[in-house]
Amino acid sequence: MALPFYVSPEQMMQDKAEYARKGITKGKSIIAVAGKQGILLVAENPSSSLNKISEIYDRIAFAGAGKYSEFENLRKAGIRYADLKGYAYGREDVTAKSLANVYSQTIGNIFSQEMKPLEVEILVVEVGESTTQDELYRISFDGAIGDERGHAAIGGQADELKEYLKDKYDEEVTLEASLTLAVGALEASANQKVRAQNLEVAILDRHHPGRKFRRFTAAELVDLAEGLES
Amino acid sequence: MFLDLSYTGSSFCDLLTERFPFLLTKWEGLQFSPNEITPLPTGTTVLALKYQGGVIVVGDRQATEGTMISARRIEKVFKADERSAIAIAGVAGPCLELARLFQTELQHYEKLEGVELSTEGKANKLGQMVKMNFPMALQGLVVIPIFVGYDFKRAEGKIYKYDVTGGRYEEAEYYATGSGGGHARATMKKRYRPEIDEEAAIHTALEALYDAAEEDIGTAGPDFVRGIFPTIKTVTVRGIVDVEETQVRAVSENMVENRRRNH
Repeated sequence: MALPFYVSPEQMMQDKAEYARKGITKGKSIIAVAGKQGILLVAENPSSSLNKISEIYDRIAFAGAGKYSEFENLRKAGIRYADLKGYAYGREDVTAKSLANVYSQTIGNIFSQEMKPLEVEILVVEVGESTTQDELYRISFDGAIGDERGHAAIGGQADELKEYLKDKYDEEVTLEASLTLAVGALEASANQKVRAQNLEVAILDRHHPGRKFRRFTAAELVDLAEGLES
Repeated sequence: MFLDLSYTGSSFCDLLTERFPFLLTKWEGLQFSPNEITPLPTGTTVLALKYQGGVIVVGDRQATEGTMISARRIEKVFKADERSAIAIAGVAGPCLELARLFQTELQHYEKLEGVELSTEGKANKLGQMVKMNFPMALQGLVVIPIFVGYDFKRAEGKIYKYDVTGGRYEEAEYYATGSGGGHARATMKKRYRPEIDEEAAIHTALEALYDAAEEDIGTAGPDFVRGIFPTIKTVTVRGIVDVEETQVRAVSENMVENRRRNH
């Protein structure tokens, strides 16, 4: 008997989604918290050189969960897109909304047309004058795009993290408090302490002139964590 | 629109050349003759000099079209990134384009690679960009930058000058270029001392620029009537700082007063 060559599109999409989800669950999660000072991005990352969080443009940052090689490629393509747009038009014309849409199109296209879907989930955030103007976009492996308010999480434990943040978050949160909140969420979902050396933290500082992105150094993180504990 | 995931380079300039050439100026095929085209905005004096702890880079503010003044407030000194700056002499259009392209280039590389280029790396990249402009330079559209940076590894300021072919030469003390560059260099040659501090460096630079403005019609001195003064940036361990216009005005007034007295 000949093997059936027909697989229903529904089945195919389901298989691909399951495959992608499995890959993403293996990786650690990332949190973004919008507060008084700006948008804080926190990831658990034992590597100090292979980053999950990065600057894209003056007010825009990127975070990727899942397979490093894949979101790194997306990150670089995003920087190229942003720099090209800023060069051809003006710096103000580069927005997270348009970048998130391009990401969504690209990832969605790969999901439906390629054999292997991308095992990634990404976050594109833009800092505004105040928390009400902050924009947080979450794009998943199939290109689905979601617009979040105040805080967002991506990666395997995203739902647990969101649940943790839901009640404890408020818009006026300070930098220290948002770090405590993010680390608390990561620890609660992993059920263990997270060491300061294993954290990757960056901020889009709304009060900083020009480029708003700043990465915390290892020494700064250890200091901050000690300050939080005492 | 989809993102291009196939490109792998880290240079913005190369990205434009390979994938988006329409964003770069390519006038190679055209024949220019100075008599046939309307004069393009040119003329300038830009200079840089080292002092204890850093470098200053200075430019006048005037652009000329032939014998006409086309702009009085043009900027010729640009912050390239947090620790380097460029000053450009030549035809205004391509100069401004080069400055913007170079700024984007440095930032692009830093974001993609996660580290900044070395001071020497930046200087070499700028040389390649000047070289790209060489066919245009042959037709009269000359662009000549001065690059200054603070080298953290060696804890000193650096000055690089360029020729139209993209040749890159490091200067040990000071340099000036543009239509009044020779006059400015002559003044600095007489006044320069390596041990001077920032204040003395600003003074020397403004003296040099004033002398250039006296001899060269393409260069403007301080304009006390309109309140237009040369742009000065300092490059030190603290990064790039714009010298306040009030300070430039005060030093300029003092200098002119001294000249009047000694005349």
